[in-house]
Amino acid sequence: MGYTLDFSVVWHAMPALLWGCVGTLGLALAGMTLAMIIGVAGVATRDAKAAWLRALVIGFVEIVRNTPFLVQIFFLFFALPLVGLKLNPTATAIIALGVNGGAYAIEIIRGGVQSIHKGQVEAGYALGLHKGQVFRFIVLKPALRAIYPSLTGQFIMLTLTSSICSAVSAYELTSVAQRIESDTFRSFEVYFSVTFLYLAISWLLMLGFAVISHRFFAYPTR
Amino acid sequence: MVPHFGLPEFGFLLRGLQWTVLLTLVAFAGGCTAGLAIALLRTCGHKGVEWITRIYIGIFQGTPLLLQLFVVYYGLALTGLKLDAFVAVAIGFTVNASAFLGEIWRGAIQAVPRGQTEAAMALGLHYSSRMRDIVLPQAIRISLPATIGYLVQLIKGTSLAAIVGFIELARAGQIVSNQTFQPLLVFGVVGAMYFVLCWPLSWWGSRMEARLALASQR
Repeated sequence: MGYTLDFSVVWHAMPALLWGCVGTLGLALAGMTLAMIIGVAGVATRDAKAAWLRALVIGFVEIVRNTPFLVQIFFLFFALPLVGLKLNPTATAIIALGVNGGAYAIEIIRGGVQSIHKGQVEAGYALGLHKGQVFRFIVLKPALRAIYPSLTGQFIMLTLTSSICSAVSAYELTSVAQRIESDTFRSFEVYFSVTFLYLAISWLLMLGFAVISHRFFAYPTR
Repeated sequence: MVPHFGLPEFGFLLRGLQWTVLLTLVAFAGGCTAGLAIALLRTCGHKGVEWITRIYIGIFQGTPLLLQLFVVYYGLALTGLKLDAFVAVAIGFTVNASAFLGEIWRGAIQAVPRGQTEAAMALGLHYSSRMRDIVLPQAIRISLPATIGYLVQLIKGTSLAAIVGFIELARAGQIVSNQTFQPLLVFGVVGAMYFVLCWPLSWWGSRMEARLALASQR
């Protein structure tokens, strides 16, 4: 018996799918923000004097980077209520994405900070810049510029990873797709189309990141 | 009566771990073969072919692994072939690996100094000999850290087979967690098993990266 592809179900479900895209973007943006906070705090702690604090950060990074996100989100799903955080699935997903992305952000930001030579800071002072100017123009901007490609690449990865949050039924594109699939039994058509919606989302993000890069980092280095 | 997490449950997780390892090995072997072909096509010098492989790689890098798995899994079901769940997910991971390894090796091939290819041409070597004896051995060395990095990603990625119902380590963990009502303990053990698998590879990869960086400084 032949199977006829029928994409009309996808077309009828398009408003719901587009809202799912909005959910995915919201989840990803919230996760990125949390990841950046964890990243910066982690880098600050990683250079702390206390050895146990440093070990804590290194341990956190290694554990997160060497276990699957699916296992991490399941663990947090059951662990957060035990520490008194009774959250809905979407909030749990944001924390899981933030924790996961944060571990990668720590490694990336640390590389950026290390890329600034001490002599550059001293040269800044010698030129008569004050502390705030040195931090802003000589440390922060070049460091951000140096890590920008890897950081934005990691953010796009985080956005794609957010599809796994459907496993705890957070509100995002994949869980919307799963609901439509179970209503219509058109698994292939739905998932095939949703894959391209994700592709559009990553292109949109890439474009946005390129515009930001062009606006803020387009100056010659030599 | 609710069973506690004991030796039989641990054994069940270990059997899941076996499937995770097997799935990774099959996908990695398949991905290496197809990925090499992709990398060679991507650097063959023919504009059209290079564009097609570039789009192929772009699609896999720009979409979630979970959705790729769904599309392959349900797409294969539509063809009418009665495939085992293991074969279906293995094919899914293989195509994903082919794109990512293809891109890693494309970069490595292009990182081999152009003079090497030119010298080989001047010596009258043909394409196959030039690639096999001159470019690829050097490219493999350059690409090793990134290839190992991808292998770690692949091991972690196989956990997504759990969502389409294939019983590997993550799915085994879900099952045991539902039976014992000890989710923290179970997912802690499952996480530890993944860690034991991935961490030595990550460590080896970053050590090799540091050594290569040192060698290129000289």
